[in-house]
Amino acid sequence: MTFEAPHIRVQDLNVHIGDHHILKNISLDIPDKKITSFIGPSGCGKTTLLKTFNRLLDRNKEVRIGGRVLVDGEDIYGKDVEVTGMRRKMGLLSQRPFPLPMSIYDNIAYGPRIHGTRRKKELNGTVEHYLRATGLWEEVKDRLGSPATRLSIGQQQRLCLARGLAVEPEIILGDEPTSALDPLSTQRIEELFLQLKDRYTIVLVTHILRQARRLSDYIVFIYMGEIIEFGPTEEVLLDPKERLTREYVKGYIS
Amino acid sequence: MSRKFKAALFKILMILSTLIISGSLILILWTIASRGVHALTWELVSRLPEGGFYIGKGGGLLNAILGSLYITVGSTLLGLLIAVPVVLYLNVYSREGSRLATVVRFTFDVLFGIPSIVYGAFGFTIMVWLGLRASLLAGIVTVTLVIIPILARAMDEVMRRTPGELSDQTYSLGATRWETSLVFLRQCAPGIMTAILLASGRAIGDAASVLFTAGYTDNLPGSLTQPAATLPLAIFFQLSSPIAEVQDRAYGAALILTAIVLLFSLSAHYFSKRLSKNKI
Repeated sequence: MTFEAPHIRVQDLNVHIGDHHILKNISLDIPDKKITSFIGPSGCGKTTLLKTFNRLLDRNKEVRIGGRVLVDGEDIYGKDVEVTGMRRKMGLLSQRPFPLPMSIYDNIAYGPRIHGTRRKKELNGTVEHYLRATGLWEEVKDRLGSPATRLSIGQQQRLCLARGLAVEPEIILGDEPTSALDPLSTQRIEELFLQLKDRYTIVLVTHILRQARRLSDYIVFIYMGEIIEFGPTEEVLLDPKERLTREYVKGYIS
Repeated sequence: MSRKFKAALFKILMILSTLIISGSLILILWTIASRGVHALTWELVSRLPEGGFYIGKGGGLLNAILGSLYITVGSTLLGLLIAVPVVLYLNVYSREGSRLATVVRFTFDVLFGIPSIVYGAFGFTIMVWLGLRASLLAGIVTVTLVIIPILARAMDEVMRRTPGELSDQTYSLGATRWETSLVFLRQCAPGIMTAILLASGRAIGDAASVLFTAGYTDNLPGSLTQPAATLPLAIFFQLSSPIAEVQDRAYGAALILTAIVLLFSLSAHYFSKRLSKNKI
């Protein structure tokens, strides 16, 4: 599937880690302001693909990346790319929440601060805004100065989301962001994603098919490093064109 | 052998080794305390050696106490100044699987194993070559060489155990490697305190590295280029005296040294507890 103005366009992407060919000839358009989910069995390369989008992957010496990833039309593996600025466009929500070793307030203020916001009043506003946006404000407003690690896991994950949003990204990358959470916290994160998709392009890696169905507009099924099928959610999950997709969706392969 | 017997045997072994370890600690403390405690007077810690001090006359060890503190603080600060950037390079700047990082780590392992007298001899050679006399500065530099591998290895160990996700988070927020380093330091602060404690304990207790480099003097070092006395050498010199009173002072000095190390240890514990409240 191709789109006229995709937010992320992947062209002939190949990733090797050591001798392993992890991603094979991936070409993919990720549409703007939609939720696109990568599904597939463990080890199929879906997380690797996600991590090529914000260049977290090429910090490992063993990794070789070929092909192009265009974000807003700009090749992020190009020579003149300023990696920190490019990464800022993409918020990352990882499998486990990972608060920075500082207070709740400082976690949210960290991003704006490193990008040059110094005024206390402005920072206060930002912190409150994003804590409200993730539904945390009422829960933490009286203990903004206490360590972020004292929050529950579910709260920590929402804090991480708020922290990512505070640098004003365009894209949210979620790497199985609910896999460490209890059902209630999972639901809250899912609701947040649905609220956020009007303003952000969201790319999710998930191994929960029902979650993919609840959230996504489009689904990419990846198997052994290759894209097997890509299409609107209902189509891929309910009426898959490919045999492998059908088997995966039915639970024959996992 | 029945399983029950094996379990009982192992339990006895564990209790025995615990007793041996804590017993020797108590024995050491008791030995230096029982012989040193009556030599330990206010005069001993507050005054410089007077004429005839080493044959049992009046005075104290203030020269050695302050000399040791200068060398310890100086070398620990200098050591941190060198070790922290190296460790940050290894853990934040170098890419995973970097060959240089492997070489650097191996180098630290080798340096760690070198006896301090060799560092002392090395420092002495350099001093002679540069035409310098034994001095506080030479002592600090040599002790710094001794403790850099300790600092670097201890800090590296803590940082390597820090999950890679931490840097994923900061990079995703658009942080530079330097900004990521600062977060790393914050996350590892308790471990860094432990490293400082290990290193300063070694720095204050090491006699061999300061023997030729810092020298010994009855005066306080007025500047970096003057020689400085140290507690380990004060113990060494007095213990080799045939006069019982002087020998007792050696134990008094040992008691002071032990007390200082204990103080370091307690404060490191306190700070590391305070610093770990934000740790993940």
